[in-house]
Amino acid sequence: MSINYNKIQDVVVVGSGPAGYTAAIYTARAQLNPIVYEGSVTAGGALMNTTEVENFPGFENAIMGPDLMDQMRKQALHFGANLVTDDIISMKLDGEIKELEDGSGNKIRAKSVILAMGSAYKELGLINEKRLSGRGVSWCATCDGFFFREQVIAVLGGGDSAMEEANFLTKFAAKVVVIHRRESLRASKIMAERAKNNPKIEFLFNTEVLDIFGEDKVTGLKLKNSITGEESVREFTGIFIAIGHLPRSGLVAGQVKLNGEGYVEVVGRSTMTNIPGVFACGDLVDFTYRQAITAAGSGCQAALDAERFLSGH
Amino acid sequence: MATERVTAANFGDVVLKSATPVLVDFWAEWCGPCRAVAPILEEISNEYSGKIKIVKLNTDEEGSIAMKYGINSIPTMNVFVGGQVVKSIVGARPKPALVRELTEYLG
Repeated sequence: MSINYNKIQDVVVVGSGPAGYTAAIYTARAQLNPIVYEGSVTAGGALMNTTEVENFPGFENAIMGPDLMDQMRKQALHFGANLVTDDIISMKLDGEIKELEDGSGNKIRAKSVILAMGSAYKELGLINEKRLSGRGVSWCATCDGFFFREQVIAVLGGGDSAMEEANFLTKFAAKVVVIHRRESLRASKIMAERAKNNPKIEFLFNTEVLDIFGEDKVTGLKLKNSITGEESVREFTGIFIAIGHLPRSGLVAGQVKLNGEGYVEVVGRSTMTNIPGVFACGDLVDFTYRQAITAAGSGCQAALDAERFLSGH
Repeated sequence: MATERVTAANFGDVVLKSATPVLVDFWAEWCGPCRAVAPILEEISNEYSGKIKIVKLNTDEEGSIAMKYGINSIPTMNVFVGGQVVKSIVGARPKPALVRELTEYLG
């Protein structure tokens, strides 16, 4: 696929995942010849690190996250989207013509940009968390669970991703302890029930993680009961962190209006940002639903909003 | 040079006794980030041919070596010089970032 960098493109989509690929499918079908920056190592987005997606409509017997993304990607290709496996490293979004630069140094100009950079894993913010990352601290159960066979693992978090990780890890682990700082789970009922009915999973509620221990490898956690204030130490060889996500809005901060938590703000029910011709969708915007299907839906909206914007110019 | 696969049988010859630095990519089929970083390693291998040798070790098939080097997250990319691990990079990253981390072995 060769891209003419001298040409002013109609639309560039930054990011893949359900939002980015859906925006790609719609803009490609609308003959807008989208250029889609999938990301060099993040192509496919968050679903690439999941296993079975059971709630995406149209798949009676569930579909693997990576397979779903592969299908969306091929569907975008089928309609002629130009997919680039690279990152956008800078964007200048004000002005009628937006200027973007990719990781290989190519400069690309476009009349409209659809932002779909998604979100990244949230970290606890402990010094030892970084140091022991890859040495027992992990953010990806499907990547690393295999290496913790017959071991005792902690999963931090109380949402759906934490439940999915905990359930998945019981395939390998001797025991999985879900540690959550609140008194009840935030996960959907079906995911919570599944975890509660799993005999290998134990729950520790109202519990904060104060520190992670280990020289070269994780050996345990320092915990604090937030009600009694009591501190304790418990042994673990693996710590899986699933405490939520942060929007990847760093590249556009200072240009596009963000809310207090870094999510891109959009106008009303649309995907319009404060900059004309710049649209945002998916996890970058959505701090409420954050589902594959809602991301796909907002990717569709962004494509239609961009199409309407372009036809008016 | 394209990346080659190593096993327990040839690990000593290909990696430990190599005259040039060797990057061993510990990976598995089911690991998404491993698949993402694979073509990047392929490019680096081709562009820096003769400077660094890049090989792939499947952790499912060669569990004993993965365990010996304490791998518990993949992809892990270990650089071996003179049979010793001199650098360990955990997790996929974009090509410029990877090249930057490997600078001293690509010169």
